[in-house]
Amino acid sequence: MTFTEKYAAEIEGIIARFPHKKSAVLPLMHLAQHYYGYMSDDAMREVAAILDLDPTHILSLAGFYTLYYEEPVGKYVLEICNDLACALRGADQFVEMACNKLEVGVDETTADGLFTIKTVMCLAACDRAPMLQCNLKFEEHLDEAKFDALLARLREQAAAETIETSVVEKITAYAKSGNQVSVIGNR
Amino acid sequence: MAHILLRHRDIENIKKLDVYRQHGGYEALKKALTMTPAEVTNVVKASGLRGRGGAGFPTGLKWTFIPKGAQEVYVTINSDESEMGTFKDRELLEYNPHQVIEGALICAYAVGAKRIYNYMRGEFMDAGYAFEEAVQECYAAGLLGENILGSDFSCDMAPYYGAGAYICGEETALLNSLMGELGQPWSKPPFPAIEGLYHKPTVVNNTETLANVPAIISNGADWYKSMGTEKSTGPKIVCLSGHVNKPGNYEVIMGLTYRELIYDEQYGGGIPGGKKFKAMLPSGGSGPVVKEDALDAPITYEGLDKFGSVMGSASVVIMDETTDMVWMAMKCVHFFKHESCGKCTPCREGTYWMDQLLHKIYHGHGTAEDLRVLKSVAGQIGGRTLCALGDFAINPVLSTIRHFPEEYEAKVKGNSPLNGNR
Repeated sequence: MTFTEKYAAEIEGIIARFPHKKSAVLPLMHLAQHYYGYMSDDAMREVAAILDLDPTHILSLAGFYTLYYEEPVGKYVLEICNDLACALRGADQFVEMACNKLEVGVDETTADGLFTIKTVMCLAACDRAPMLQCNLKFEEHLDEAKFDALLARLREQAAAETIETSVVEKITAYAKSGNQVSVIGNR
Repeated sequence: MAHILLRHRDIENIKKLDVYRQHGGYEALKKALTMTPAEVTNVVKASGLRGRGGAGFPTGLKWTFIPKGAQEVYVTINSDESEMGTFKDRELLEYNPHQVIEGALICAYAVGAKRIYNYMRGEFMDAGYAFEEAVQECYAAGLLGENILGSDFSCDMAPYYGAGAYICGEETALLNSLMGELGQPWSKPPFPAIEGLYHKPTVVNNTETLANVPAIISNGADWYKSMGTEKSTGPKIVCLSGHVNKPGNYEVIMGLTYRELIYDEQYGGGIPGGKKFKAMLPSGGSGPVVKEDALDAPITYEGLDKFGSVMGSASVVIMDETTDMVWMAMKCVHFFKHESCGKCTPCREGTYWMDQLLHKIYHGHGTAEDLRVLKSVAGQIGGRTLCALGDFAINPVLSTIRHFPEEYEAKVKGNSPLNGNR
């Protein structure tokens, strides 16, 4: 099934939020990436087709905005902030520890395909450093023990094939056509 | 004292509509709807409220720039909070969303807008979910949609998520992003108030700015002006991070000093390990660094003028005596290099070269000539870009060179005692 088929109602609802459908492009890219795991060529073509845009426009957006992955990533993307404020509270050492533990470098994925480590710019949680964002959920006040616990939890989840409702799915459900907020495009 | 903005710290579950209403929520909107739009704008203007995103532009004045009688007007909440060291809007969206919505609705009424978008950064989806729930509650209760509270005023609101770009906090870049384009600023004029979203008049206000509006309407401009200083009225959320015992958001009345913020037990509680204070970034990565002599300055828009810095969004990053200032500048420049949108050559190329040079100098391979080139490159960025990002990027570099020249000189001579020290 394509993501266009799977999320037909959500897509319609998202488009209805704007007087010009081009505005729906970033939300649809979030949804496409959630479904396909990254912004594959097919995902980009699909978003372009829905909105009557040139696929190269989607490509340029995917390159510009850092939350879109142009290459396949692990099941869990661990985005660690190591900007100044976090670094003052040990974020650089935390990145090093995380990379050593998972035996990968930054922007690399573990051999089992579970984890990708990225370093990212400020995530607005400087008072809770070191911190990271795992598939868009914040994990704060981290240290090695908490990181171990997080990895164990995620590994367990992956082994049990527990499907946790992703953040993207949660917010997209609200945009589903039929929800009140989505009627605004018709006014 | 009870909070005016971070009210969720006093009232449990105020993010729920019924709790918010039990505590006077949406009474300000009700009151505003009995006034004329011009009267509402005048109260906000008289209150002295200024933009809390960092620029400090008078909010009421901004609203008056919307042409009278314009047919299609938009309000956009700027929740693209991405400045290094800033984490106040996220707390408001997650824990006190109705106050932001009420402020935005009052703004929409004042400027004649029928639609509000809340542009949140993509990384806020988890926190933004609480905001979405609040929007849904408002629709169900008739606080959004047609004939709000039985009046003639109709207005819709939709949340929106960016996808990771600091530059989208710049209002024209934000609007481009919301229109499905690359988040790059445009050359002003036209200003958004005349030609903004979909080329229609648009107000772009920061999240915290709008959260101030309900209390201003309820209690009046004089009440608001009684707090703070003449040019900096009202409360401000200060984001305190770095080397302090108790980092976090603190709502203060403007005029409190930075020293009180850092050392008072009710705020930062001092520096860990009893270490000495060395430097402070009062406005995240984008404002010039200051030294200890600035600590008795008040936290106000004008307070750091004579120290060559700014309050900005009040994202205060504290650094103790062990912090290497070249390293600090390198971290900040790395950020701006990464976040430069690429539109203006001086910023795109200049941040790249500053990053290269700072890495070289920090790692002990720099020369006196590199230091000279670094200053020269910074000088060629300042004032030569469409938006403020280019100017921001040179602040940490030039201010550290000005205040801590000996650290750069030691590095290029290869005898820095701080080498390798973070």
